[in-house]
Amino acid sequence: MDNQVRDDGKIVTIPRYSGFQRVNHWITAILFILLALSGLSLAFPSLFFLSALFGGGAAARAIHPWLGLALVVSFFWLAAGLVSRNIIHGDDITWLRNIRRVLANEHEGLPELGKYNLGQKGVYWSQALLILILLGSGLAIWQEYFGGATSIPMQRFAASIHSLAAMIAIAIIFIHVYAAFWTKGTLRAMTRGTVTGGWAYVHHRKWLKEMLGRDSAAAAPAPRARRE
Amino acid sequence: MAELPSLDIRRLSASTAVPPRIRAEATTEVAKLIDVSKCIGCKACQVACSEWNDLHAPIGENVGSIQNPPDLAADTWTLMRFSEVESAERGLEWLIRKDGCMHCDDPGCLKACPAPGAIVQYANGIVDFNEANCIGCGYCLKGCPFNIPRYGREDRKAYKCTLCSDRVAVGLEPACVKACPTGAIMFGSKEDMIHQASDRVEDLKSRGFDKAGLYDPAGVGGTHVMYVLHHADQPELYQNLPADPRISPVVQWWKGGGKIMGLAAMGFVALGGFVHYLTSGPNEVPEEAEEEALAMRRKTQERSAR
Repeated sequence: MDNQVRDDGKIVTIPRYSGFQRVNHWITAILFILLALSGLSLAFPSLFFLSALFGGGAAARAIHPWLGLALVVSFFWLAAGLVSRNIIHGDDITWLRNIRRVLANEHEGLPELGKYNLGQKGVYWSQALLILILLGSGLAIWQEYFGGATSIPMQRFAASIHSLAAMIAIAIIFIHVYAAFWTKGTLRAMTRGTVTGGWAYVHHRKWLKEMLGRDSAAAAPAPRARRE
Repeated sequence: MAELPSLDIRRLSASTAVPPRIRAEATTEVAKLIDVSKCIGCKACQVACSEWNDLHAPIGENVGSIQNPPDLAADTWTLMRFSEVESAERGLEWLIRKDGCMHCDDPGCLKACPAPGAIVQYANGIVDFNEANCIGCGYCLKGCPFNIPRYGREDRKAYKCTLCSDRVAVGLEPACVKACPTGAIMFGSKEDMIHQASDRVEDLKSRGFDKAGLYDPAGVGGTHVMYVLHHADQPELYQNLPADPRISPVVQWWKGGGKIMGLAAMGFVALGGFVHYLTSGPNEVPEEAEEEALAMRRKTQERSAR
């Protein structure tokens, strides 16, 4: 749609995610939801009815690992391009010290941040780690193909780690979804691909400056020649 | 989904239904007693099992042991495990143990199973798989402390000895019991079998096997398949029969504490978000911020135009 900083004389719009990233993100999100539903149906007898969404218990059991492999590919494809943006800096610690202000919707007294704050970085790194744990433990308990590859005591360990890691991952996704709902103006980054200048000014000022600077630098050789 | 087809169900896997209790106290618990000291290794029990249950394991290869086939399988529900043991005090011994499901009173397979009604424990103590409800996850293999259930490669379902629940239901003894030519395999009420075993253990002790005893491990609540062992102090001699089997603490945690921890994490976060939104409200971008951003853009544009 748009990968340039623009303004209409009132509102600045900043590109945050490319079309590829948005499609990738929503594929990952749908896979995550399907994995959670099929996984929970096997984890809790009271939620076994959810397996009907997949065509019954055996079908849910059969499809779950394949969905998992697809998620590993889509998640790490998305995550690979965002590694450098998620390195933790000193500013993140200052931000964390002021977490009370963040939670109280106060915008003053917080450090200027790059593209992500520590909460977002936390979601990024914890999901990356949990998905690796889920992949390893999931392969070990994939009876159909790897039933004989590991010992029974290892499989017991893998099964218990898999279910706990999955539930922690779901809890973290709750935080991720809630944060997007709570912080108004965020969701459009993943639908339209852009955020407003005001949103970036409040939440990620260092990133805003970077984006504005990069845009002007690109425009500088022929500032009047821009198509408008 | 889970149904209770009879009054004689004590436990049902992955079910929230409460099994009927109306005649639970009146039902006699059954047991099979395998007297290892009387076994001659003829394999009549293996044949009778295949025949009654109509199992057709492919013809295997001789691997140089009287133990044949080499292991339990989806289509081999009982197997004589053969050990040649040499010791200074007793010389050479052939120890033959008929292996198969032990029908634990506290079955690890049933605890691990996520499919409603795929594993049933009857009031008489028999633990049975209902393959119609089996989803093929293989969790029962991980739950079992005796390494008994086997996974069917083609149909992706788990199988094991049923203790001939179909025969027992109509008052017959299991097929292996019927076929055993030396009376090494017996069947009856658990109480009677314990009696029978104690007489036999006494007999064995009088003949020099002073460590003879009954194998009815308490760690799994006792079993509905029991052994008379001539060396009850060393069950491992009989191809690693576990001395103190119990549902692995890892499985207990997976099906208990781990789930509670996971649920607590999800619930805490969901509730936290709900309360936070109600108390703090949305985090909105003030209009001035949009103006600030626009001013900032203008400034950077001017600076680079110069």
